[in-house]
Amino acid sequence: MEPLLVIKNLHARVEGKAILDGIELTVNAGEVHAVMGPNGSGKSTLAYVLSGREGYEVTEGEVIFDGKDLLAMAPEERARAGIFLAFQYPIEIPGVSTSVFLKSAVNALRRQRGESELDAMEFLKQAKEKLSALKMDQKFLSRAVNVGFSGGEKKRSEIFQMAMLEPKLAILDETDSGLDIDALKIVAEGINALRGPEKAALMITHYQRLLDYVVPDKVHVLAQGRIVKTGGKELALELEENGYAAFNAASKDAA
Amino acid sequence: MTVPARRGASDVHEATCKAYLDRFATMRAELPGAGLPWLDAWRARAIERFAEHGFPGPRLEEWRFTNLSKLAETVFEPFPSAANGISREDLGGYRLEDGSDHLLVFVNGRLRPDLSSPGAPGDGITVTGLSRALEDDAEAVEESLIGAGDLTGEERAGAERAGEERSASLGQLNAAFMVDGAVIRVAANAQPERPVHLIFLAHPNKEPAGMHLRNIIHAGEGAKLTVIESYAGLADGPYWTNAVTHVTAEKGAAIQHFKFQAEGAGAFHIAVTDVDLHQDASYTNFVMSLGGILARNEIRARYTGEGVHCALKGVSLARGRQHVDTTTSVDHLMASGVTDETYKGIVDDRARSVFRGKIRVAPGAQKTNAYQLNQNLLLSDRAQADSKPELEIFADDVKCGHGSTVGDIDAEALFYLRARGLEERDARTLLIEAFLGQLIDDIEIAPVRAMARKAFTGWLAGLGG
Ligand SMILES: Nc1ncnc2c1ncn2[C@@H]1O[C@H](COP(=O)(O)OP(=O)(O)OP(=O)(O)O)[C@@H](O)[C@H]1O
Ligand SMILES: [Mg+2]
Repeated sequence: MEPLLVIKNLHARVEGKAILDGIELTVNAGEVHAVMGPNGSGKSTLAYVLSGREGYEVTEGEVIFDGKDLLAMAPEERARAGIFLAFQYPIEIPGVSTSVFLKSAVNALRRQRGESELDAMEFLKQAKEKLSALKMDQKFLSRAVNVGFSGGEKKRSEIFQMAMLEPKLAILDETDSGLDIDALKIVAEGINALRGPEKAALMITHYQRLLDYVVPDKVHVLAQGRIVKTGGKELALELEENGYAAFNAASKDAA
Repeated sequence: MTVPARRGASDVHEATCKAYLDRFATMRAELPGAGLPWLDAWRARAIERFAEHGFPGPRLEEWRFTNLSKLAETVFEPFPSAANGISREDLGGYRLEDGSDHLLVFVNGRLRPDLSSPGAPGDGITVTGLSRALEDDAEAVEESLIGAGDLTGEERAGAERAGEERSASLGQLNAAFMVDGAVIRVAANAQPERPVHLIFLAHPNKEPAGMHLRNIIHAGEGAKLTVIESYAGLADGPYWTNAVTHVTAEKGAAIQHFKFQAEGAGAFHIAVTDVDLHQDASYTNFVMSLGGILARNEIRARYTGEGVHCALKGVSLARGRQHVDTTTSVDHLMASGVTDETYKGIVDDRARSVFRGKIRVAPGAQKTNAYQLNQNLLLSDRAQADSKPELEIFADDVKCGHGSTVGDIDAEALFYLRARGLEERDARTLLIEAFLGQLIDDIEIAPVRAMARKAFTGWLAGLGG
């Protein structure tokens, strides 16, 4: 079977500065991959490049997602093709209600899949189910996107959106950071609930902790814009133990 | 050597002025109310002052951001021919959802009784046309007009007065030529349930038409009134709406005043609303401006009694090469007045929005609470917004503030929404609506709110990619 995501020799620049320096990564459907690596190594950049953020210029390489040329697609096309990015720092959007925006996102995806659109009642019913599974208050729906949410609430809100959108590939950028132990378990359950033979996840994280709950098939170390090591879940434990010294992380900051 | 005669801009403007003076000379005897000594004198003085000052130029602070030279290049016929082709069916799109008990329709500046339904007098409200009011009760009209802001004879310093006169010279032209407009009077304590709706349609023929409208809105003590002005153009050619509206709210009266400005694409819309607010009066003014090539909406409010509550709100929607100017001037003359002012501009293409907001707190106007906010959202690189708040505070026990912003659509927010699968256009629309905030939702009267929402949605639908 063809892999869900193939990244080949991916180079990218931000504001003229080369950040990604030849990423090679293949993710099969059904797999969960963890991406770890020192601060500033390019993890979020990779996530943004995959989701099509403006200003992230690909200078070389290609990305094939579900058989399609991902880099040729607009962000919304990628989302509809099944890419979801849980942001490291979800922004606040005053004046845009979570339910209004999410309903229109859900329906954009459903149209894409040839499914009928949800009406207000159906949407609300689904949303309430997912919210209670994530032990989130229903008032989230009527509030403006992320406005006034605590750090942990923002992360949970990302997972809630993911649960509603049911992506093929979830890219979770440090979704575990800033979560208390209980919230971490809930979020992990949310991620696990979405695992399936046709789905995959790329979890960017600094901590082994999340990986106790969402056990990855593979762990990658991203340093200085490249995947410098790939291993099984035991690699995460090793990193927890020894840090990134072996990957010469400090030189990046000095450069 | 002969130098070819070049006509500079000022020559052209002078020629235009001269044409208006000539037109006045030939028409003065036929103007509504001609023969009333006070009115003849008033008009004569007005045209004299217009002759003296001409068109307000960019050197006047009040007109710094709004250039009238295009307006001054054309002679707009002050007595345009009537357009007879309009029937009640044509009004459908401009009417309130559930109709109105008091409807006046003006076409090319004149009241069209056949299209209007002013309602039977009886519930304490009378709604008529100005021409008619000059026949029926000229004295009441005189009382409303004399002492009006544009021609006031108050004892102000000579220089200041001259400056004001100069910047208000279009009001003087209006005084000279005014033919019609709405006269609305609500008796003390009367509270008509339904709004009064004024529809001003322009349907210019071959010649560029100039409509010098003059409206009088008067709410007696404790009275309550809702008025909606709708301006619409049925042609894209140039014409000029030059409207002056006098509003008086007597003690404890409450007026809600809405305006939808959807003039034709080539139109100039210059409007001054002069508001006198007495003790404990409350006044809400909401303007949605989306038509015309150049529009200026000026509101001058004076609080002549204590405890006035005044809300000034507006949305300017501009695209193409439209220029939309909102100028407000609020004069807290007495204590305990509240001003709550919010204007938002959404500007696309090469359009420009201008906001000038002055709040003056006179000595002794203690316990004043005034806040002014102007926000602009630029949808294109070439769109422009100018914002000039001006607070003059001469009392010490007051709360006054202002804020002003000019910004683009937040790129991060746009990406966030698109990354969830929203079409770029839909994401932008959501963010534009978010920028507008509660301005439309806050309109209490459902059919008016619906009208505003419809106009806004219609404008959004015309957004480029
Ligand atoms: N918009 C930008 N302008 C300039 N430099 C940027 C920009 N975005 C990212 N960078 C730089 O790119 C590098 C990689 O950043 P990135 O956010 O991808 O790191 P990261 O691996 O996600 O780090 P962390 O673990 O701290 O989240 C950093 O050196 C960062 O400063
Ligand atoms: Mg990061």
